[in-house]
Amino acid sequence: MLLEVKDLSLSIGILRLLDRVSFAVDRGQVLGLVGESGSGKSLTALALTGLVRRIGGVVTGGVILFDGQDLAGLPEPALRRLRGKRIAFITQNPMSALDALKTIGDQVDQVARLHLGLSRRAARARTVEILTRLRIPDAAQVARAYPHQLSGGMKQRVVIAMALAADAELIIADEPTTALDVTVQAQIVMILADLVRQRQIGLILITHDMGVVAQICDLVCVLYAGRVAESGPVETLFAAPRHPYSAALIGCIPREGMAPGALKGIPGGVPSAAAYGDACCRFAERCPRADALCRRTRPPERIEGGMTVACHHPLPLLSAAPEVAR
Amino acid sequence: MLGFAIRRILMLVPVFLAVSVIIFLMIHLLPGDPIDNLLKIGAGPEQRAALTAKYGLDRPLYEQYALWLGNVLQGDFGTAIVQRRPVASLIGQALPYSLALGGLALVMSTVLGVTVGVIAASAKGSWLDQGLMGGVLFGSMLPNFWIGLLLILIFSVSLGWTPVSGARGWESLILPVVTIGLGGTALVARVTRVAMIDAQSRDFVMLLHAKGVHPVVIQLRHVLRHALIPVVTILALRIGWILGGAVTVEVVFARPGLGSLLIKSLNQHDYPVVQASLLILAMAVLLGTLLGDLLQAAMDPRIRDGLK
Repeated sequence: MLLEVKDLSLSIGILRLLDRVSFAVDRGQVLGLVGESGSGKSLTALALTGLVRRIGGVVTGGVILFDGQDLAGLPEPALRRLRGKRIAFITQNPMSALDALKTIGDQVDQVARLHLGLSRRAARARTVEILTRLRIPDAAQVARAYPHQLSGGMKQRVVIAMALAADAELIIADEPTTALDVTVQAQIVMILADLVRQRQIGLILITHDMGVVAQICDLVCVLYAGRVAESGPVETLFAAPRHPYSAALIGCIPREGMAPGALKGIPGGVPSAAAYGDACCRFAERCPRADALCRRTRPPERIEGGMTVACHHPLPLLSAAPEVAR
Repeated sequence: MLGFAIRRILMLVPVFLAVSVIIFLMIHLLPGDPIDNLLKIGAGPEQRAALTAKYGLDRPLYEQYALWLGNVLQGDFGTAIVQRRPVASLIGQALPYSLALGGLALVMSTVLGVTVGVIAASAKGSWLDQGLMGGVLFGSMLPNFWIGLLLILIFSVSLGWTPVSGARGWESLILPVVTIGLGGTALVARVTRVAMIDAQSRDFVMLLHAKGVHPVVIQLRHVLRHALIPVVTILALRIGWILGGAVTVEVVFARPGLGSLLIKSLNQHDYPVVQASLLILAMAVLLGTLLGDLLQAAMDPRIRDGLK
């Protein structure tokens, strides 16, 4: 297994933001980390390589096994050598992710020069090659341009190029398409999916777009309020979601031939971290199936039919619930 | 970049003309007459009229202005009425002292201020940050001349390391430079710190960490470059001030300089000298601003492309 996260808990100050989160992804696989804003997706992404320390986050429990090595207890210098080299990061907003004062080339070169020890010239040749492979026209010229001279989609490709510059084995992409035009979103998603197949990279794709999940993910892990609601193979989840929250998320995808007004949202909102209950199901307040048990006991994790689900009253196994269309 | 520079330089021409008109008019609106200083006691109206005519002060103002500007553009600032020497030579004598003092003070406040600002921002919120910023605040509250006197007392009188006053040798420059430089250091340190903290919190910094770049490299090669843009603006504005505003320090250390020359000539109503000094100072401010703009454009590609 390339990356295996077990029972990861994380706090910032007195807020306990992640509560025993587990998932795993192997080479050549895409894991979708999904959930509404505030569910802890981005925090999980930052926690994996210790970046969360920069915003005051502390891992309070669990292990992050990357290629057999536990990253949770690794000191900063050792983590820094992994970052950008073996584990790369693609940020949410390409508009602000690049240094506005440096050329595209300098910023991509930096990775290969730092981690592979390449000379300026060799690093630039590599940069141009990678940019070309990402279907950027006139790559040599783009390398001399500044970020403000490129479109959003181009900038996101540049950020992806940085992730490839030192041949990372795992890429963590935090909502890589949310800031882009719809037409460009599809291109970026396809680029990422191709990379995983061609280079046997592991990809963790953080998104709240269930459509993208259905398109390219192999595995999916649904987070709600800092806990895993449900996780497992993506086909199984879409065929028969067991957790009412997963079912509701899938119900939010617009589909062809849908009757007007049939598209449902999820009533209510994600609780704030300060209001997280401990001995309860955190989704109970918004759940149509919740009862008294859900409000006073944390649901145990059941592993059935390849899925892990944390729910007292899961939807039936292997047959779609009535509110989920096939 | 070249087009940008040419546009900026051309924009200075009307500003320079406006400034020259204002300086010329302001001087002539001032009460008092330089001829008073030249006339011997008991001189009659004929002598006054003769002297007034000799210096062209009887002609209409616009004629005086045109004559003056025409000469100035050819490098001729006229003759000092009271000090009876070519203005150009008076200024030529004072300017090197001001340039040495102001230039070194600017270098000192830039190097020291940026260093302190970077250290404070890198250790934001720590005792080091608070200590440095407390010291900077304290330093910027003290008036220049008082710091000068204090330094003289310590380093010249008690320790005997530096000359008390005068302008002979490089040793005599140390205390005045430190006196002026300290105020600038405080300003630059504060601006640098705030600009660094602002730049540190931007998204691209997190991506740099995610690329595995060393935090020191991130601070010095990336964050500092962003932070220097506002710092350059502040420094550019200070150039003019440092040349002409050093009067109190020049007095305390008994140094010649543009500031002292200006004050002396103002007291004597020596129009040509006042006009020329003010014009030189205004030029310094204009050139400082121009230099600041050009530096900013050199540092920020978005400014070169006219986006900011």
